[in-house]
Amino acid sequence: MADITLTPPFTETMIRDLHAGDRVTVRGTLFGIRDATQIHLFDRDRHTRFDLSGHAVIHTAPNVRSVPIGPAHPAGYAPVSVGTTTSLRMERFTRPLLQRLGVRAIIGKGGLGADSLAAFGTFGGVYLAVVGGAAALETTWIERIDDVDLDDLNPESLWKFAVRDFGPLLVTMDTHGNDLHEVVRARARHNRTAVLAGLGVTS
Amino acid sequence: MAMILESAPVENIVRALYIRALKRLPEPVKAAIGGLERAETDATARTVLATMAENVRVAERDDGLLCQDTGIPLVTITIGRGVSFDGVDIGEAVAKGVRRATREHPLRSSVVHPITRANAHDSTGPGVPVIEFRFDPEPDFVRLELVPKGSGSENGSYLGMLLPADGLDGVKRFVIDAVLKAGGKVCPPTIVGVGLGGTSDVAMHLAKLAATRPLGTRCPDAAGAALESALSRAVNGLGIGPQGLGGDATAFAVQVELAATHITLNPVAVNIQCHSARRASATVTPAGVVWGD
Repeated sequence: MADITLTPPFTETMIRDLHAGDRVTVRGTLFGIRDATQIHLFDRDRHTRFDLSGHAVIHTAPNVRSVPIGPAHPAGYAPVSVGTTTSLRMERFTRPLLQRLGVRAIIGKGGLGADSLAAFGTFGGVYLAVVGGAAALETTWIERIDDVDLDDLNPESLWKFAVRDFGPLLVTMDTHGNDLHEVVRARARHNRTAVLAGLGVTS
Repeated sequence: MAMILESAPVENIVRALYIRALKRLPEPVKAAIGGLERAETDATARTVLATMAENVRVAERDDGLLCQDTGIPLVTITIGRGVSFDGVDIGEAVAKGVRRATREHPLRSSVVHPITRANAHDSTGPGVPVIEFRFDPEPDFVRLELVPKGSGSENGSYLGMLLPADGLDGVKRFVIDAVLKAGGKVCPPTIVGVGLGGTSDVAMHLAKLAATRPLGTRCPDAAGAALESALSRAVNGLGIGPQGLGGDATAFAVQVELAATHITLNPVAVNIQCHSARRASATVTPAGVVWGD
């Protein structure tokens, strides 16, 4: 297990060197995406002018304030609260994110599923777990909103954040087939019988 | 003289409650996070719980939102005896208060039309805010409670129309399996709300009341309270842990609400509240307004 600070864009080697249990801090650029963003990108064939190749995306839809455009607010938005949403709803978009857009890291909460794990191995990607519901803290890691695309979907626009030391984030799904979420799920399924027995119930 | 509930103060109170609920975690929840952190045996889980506690402190320090999810605003208005009010005006005042909080703070509007997915960017829409009027025999008071119900945990909702022959064992099995299915998606440690009895819709509503009731309060029914104790111990034996990353702290508590049901029914519903168990209340009397959790 290692503590690593990474600045995107990432190379495939940088990502394949990561292992479940490592702690990663992201510095530089981070893209925010959500359900509607990916429904429009992948189901409705819309395009983004952003190049996500080698980048990290975070499952988010932030609270923002409209402000005059200036050096501190190049997109006309100031962050109010930027947090992380449950990733599993967006499971079917992992493969196109990696294969078509070249994304290398997905930041979210709660983990992703079996197809995402397979895609991480095939294309070279990782899942970085953030503590969900800790938006006040996460917001302090956001420097500025640099740009925004697909903003008709606001708040589920495609956001480009400038971040200072975003993390530490826990690598929970890696390119080597490790999935810490599945380890916990399997253990919990195993514990079910004993838990029910403790309640006087047969499983 | 009878107490009159005017719509202008209700609008201002609801505006304030929405913002307050999003920024300040109730004291019993803060205490529970600390308690679970001290008792936790898993090192990763302790780190996760410590981050949650730090987040609460940062939100207080920066006057920031605890979570980005502004939720669906659920507003419960409890009316005491001898209070006169115009229910239509009060309902409109609640919606205005929610709109003003959203635009003036500003807050993310998390509310969309279910078919068009259009967002009015004011946290309202058909049937939202959800407003419930309740009545209480105490004279001359009104209590307004606001819960911003987050979607991560709301997606962990389950209804089982069990059979009478499934008995209480079936109910217990259903709750354990619901917590297993929800896993880390619902941002544990959670309050697991269980609704028993009634009809299908009543059971779901009771589960919501149980999940959003202040942490630490008990089911007034003795059999319901016993079930709360047994299930609270049991779910924390599953090992799901904070954020589903493993550990002892899967739930703060299992809370139960119940209603009588039909001889042929055995409904059980589960609704989950995430660790950011946000709520805020204001009690209005002729003497003024008292703010609370």
